Amino acid sequence: MNDMTPPSREERIESLKGMGSSRKRVEDARFTQGKGNYVDDIKMPGMLFGDFVRSPYAHARIKSIDSEAALAIPGVLAVLTAKDLEPLGLHWMPTLAGDKQMVLADGKVLFQGQEVAFVVATDRYAAADGCEAVVVDYEELPVVVDPFKALAEDAPVLREDLEGQTEGAHGPRRHHNHIFTWEAGEKEATEQVLDSAEVVAEEMVYYHRTHPCPLEPCGCVASMDKVNGKLTLYGTFQAPHAIRTVVSLISGIEEHNIRVVSPDIGGGFGNKVGAYPGYVCSVVASIVTGKPVKWIEDRMDNLMTTAFARDYWMKGKIAATKEGKITGLWCHTTADHGGFDACADPTKFPAGFMNICTGSYDIPTAYLAVDGVYTNKAPGGVAYRCSFRVTEAAYFIERMIEILAIELGMDAAELRRINFIKKEQFPYQSALGWEYDSGDYHTAWDKALKAVGYDDLRKEQAERVEAFNRGETRKLLGIGLTHFTEIVGAGPVKNCDILGLGMFDSCEIRIHPTGSAIARLGTISQGQGHATTFAQILASEIGLPADSITVEEGDTDTAPYGLGTYGSRSTPVAGAATAMAGRKIRAKAQMIAAYLLEVHDDDVEFDVDRFVVKGAPERFKTMKEIAFAAYNQAIPGIEPGLEAVSYYDPPNMTYPFGAYICVMEIDVDTGTHEIRQFYALDDCGTRINPMIIEGQVHGGLTEALAIAMGQEIAYDEMGNCKTGTLMDFFIPTAWETPNYTTDHTTTPSPHHPIGAKGVGESPNVGGVPAFSNAVHDAFRAFGLRQSHMPHDHWRIWKIANGLGLHG
Amino acid sequence: MGKQHYQINVNGEAKDVLAEPRELLIHTLREQLELTGPHIGCETSHCGACTVDIDGKSVKSCTVFTAQVAGKDITTIEGLGSPDGMHVLQEKFREHHGLQCGYCTPGMITRAHRLLQENPSPTEEEVRFGMAGNLCRCTGYQNIVKSILAAAAEMNAAKEAAE
Ligand code: FES
Ligand code: FES
Repeated sequence: MNDMTPPSREERIESLKGMGSSRKRVEDARFTQGKGNYVDDIKMPGMLFGDFVRSPYAHARIKSIDSEAALAIPGVLAVLTAKDLEPLGLHWMPTLAGDKQMVLADGKVLFQGQEVAFVVATDRYAAADGCEAVVVDYEELPVVVDPFKALAEDAPVLREDLEGQTEGAHGPRRHHNHIFTWEAGEKEATEQVLDSAEVVAEEMVYYHRTHPCPLEPCGCVASMDKVNGKLTLYGTFQAPHAIRTVVSLISGIEEHNIRVVSPDIGGGFGNKVGAYPGYVCSVVASIVTGKPVKWIEDRMDNLMTTAFARDYWMKGKIAATKEGKITGLWCHTTADHGGFDACADPTKFPAGFMNICTGSYDIPTAYLAVDGVYTNKAPGGVAYRCSFRVTEAAYFIERMIEILAIELGMDAAELRRINFIKKEQFPYQSALGWEYDSGDYHTAWDKALKAVGYDDLRKEQAERVEAFNRGETRKLLGIGLTHFTEIVGAGPVKNCDILGLGMFDSCEIRIHPTGSAIARLGTISQGQGHATTFAQILASEIGLPADSITVEEGDTDTAPYGLGTYGSRSTPVAGAATAMAGRKIRAKAQMIAAYLLEVHDDDVEFDVDRFVVKGAPERFKTMKEIAFAAYNQAIPGIEPGLEAVSYYDPPNMTYPFGAYICVMEIDVDTGTHEIRQFYALDDCGTRINPMIIEGQVHGGLTEALAIAMGQEIAYDEMGNCKTGTLMDFFIPTAWETPNYTTDHTTTPSPHHPIGAKGVGESPNVGGVPAFSNAVHDAFRAFGLRQSHMPHDHWRIWKIANGLGLHG
Repeated sequence: MGKQHYQINVNGEAKDVLAEPRELLIHTLREQLELTGPHIGCETSHCGACTVDIDGKSVKSCTVFTAQVAGKDITTIEGLGSPDGMHVLQEKFREHHGLQCGYCTPGMITRAHRLLQENPSPTEEEVRFGMAGNLCRCTGYQNIVKSILAAAAEMNAAKEAAE
């Protein structure tokens, strides 16, 4: 009589589908059937459509704007310009980086594609016709696209609005195109180390401009209900609450009268963190017309105007002993921010967490300075699948290590090994100011090298070089190594805020009488599967099956305040809030259980899905029974109901790390490459859903592949963006993308309630140097030190040609 | 520009739509017929998010005018399966984590469906080549390929069992 046997403890754990389970995603039934609800799917009665007239010039004065012909087109209802927004004070808006940005061109334009006028029409075709018909008279001004030239004495003044202002949001400005200087570490001490070092390697490492380019572009629908004074704003927002606060601050509409909703989001990768002119113009147009107004970017708008990433020129010096022990690191970065500083970094970090650039290594002395510069390029500087400039930092140090290895004539794997921070040094205080919470780099490194058969690969490579020299092959072998350390989970309110909003996050849980639940969070999924994984955290914490827990995000009318999803912060911050809220539920459940079992609170203990009387496991109350009791029993001294809310302010960041190895074949004559093997070991602490982690790693590595091997936002001397379509902007297809081997070690975060660290961005952070190092490594035997990304076929061919390999 | 009536067959139903000659099929599908499964990722025929099936061929519906498809048979993701009867591909994408944000997914599945008609037992390489018109920014394709191969195997097994 099997059906009488109570389920075993293992079976009970299994049925919860809690942490560690590769639970299938609850989101997928909708998405696979085409029943997602993305912003462009929203249709409202009377909805209008807005589109931008954009500048063809990178730097020009606007002499006049004539909308007459546009307004004569059937269906065109309004044309907004800066003059219309000025009385509302909305022709400029604050950026997340302490700068301000034109909503619509105010007298001049600073980059190609800049928003000049907003045409509102009955449908998207009429709006496009209207944009064509607006006549703008421009007077071209001299263009500067090179950040070094922008700092020349006689460079054109880009930001006339700031002329004469010597103090910026982040300290003194020393030139009319200079934004800020940000420093970390010890300058003099580092210079002394460099002066007296046995070996110093010096190099300029450029991480080129690129773009997050999610498959769904940015967009919104603004709907102002003039009768009740409420504004509803649907949009592709990675941080809906922050958008609500920003909209309230700049529009003057009280925050309780604004509802911001992020529906399903078709990928974000940092592109959807900022506030864009399209949002502001849609809100204004809805107020003006009294109708809902939709604005959706097309791909060219997206690539040319919203949210570029990187564009860091990183000059590095690394000092070491002859044996390879690193003694100091110096870095000066010139950061090209385009026309406005629209980075999305925590306020006190204008260069993000670039000061994690000592990487995985125990470097006693270091100094970093970053100079932000204006140029005639699109604004942004967002974290493209990265935690605030961590990708730049990781690329920098992982290139410098390789260059030092060349300088020392050492194996790059060994050089890393002798400089890793040791397990017993954690928590580790870095020279540039961070406290690394935990790590075990040597174990991960050895596992990775063993998995790929590192020594054999090096032998094969040496043989290949000889065969090449004998004229027997035209293919070289590159072994790309990377050991990265990330810093994610921004962040502790004491040093992390955006526009003054502390970067905590939140979770609110309601348990229903019948033992199911709803949890609401301040974050928003863009494909990471929050509805699946946050339910798993809760299932393990409160003992109700994940399948009985609905997770809801993105609606500011219902969700508790939070700072949103980017910088791999959802698991470290909102995941922690979820666990903490779950623990509050459990604490109350314990009291209810004790009452029901007629014992003292301390005499019951939690066991998977129930509270049992200590020492008498046959006496128990399941969480389901407890939930019902919370609503139907009058329990002395305990309020009815079972709900909890937690706002979690993390005590520290988390520091995921990983070891990646890429084995690449390069054809010297065509510059083409083939990825023979890619091994990715990630340590993201406690693993919530291994299936989802693996998926995140595959996706992040493919974005890294794109960036390293071909993707860029490029400009010509006139400031024309040369990469405005998916024809020019490289996105790998299934054909170019290799299979990846994933692996892991587990070093839980000591300060996180469930030990999780976040993983979504690690593969981008670690992937880019792994691919790039593979290219460099293939040519190391022939004298290559440094060649800038992206390594497309043409550039690889040029490397080979420059090294004289074409005979 | 004047609007005209066009008759198109969508997911087995005859539809009369009123459109300008320049209206793209993707806009007619999404805005007039409220079939919002096919998505817009570029409108320049590079991404495949808008993929539908027209008379037995995979077509990016942002590359054709509605006027060009008058009288033709169009299948969108909405015509492939239903909440009570998911298509094998839909099930396999879920099972093998072949999607993340879901934005490329309707186009992917619609294309994969046609690919498996063209070649019911593709190799991994053939799947990768056959799907190269559809971009995904989230998954890195590995699990998409796995999902399609698993669907092919299951469809072939079902066919064999039926014979
Ligand atoms: S929207 Fe049609 S191919 Fe991209
Ligand atoms: S799942 Fe997001 S684009 Fe493919």
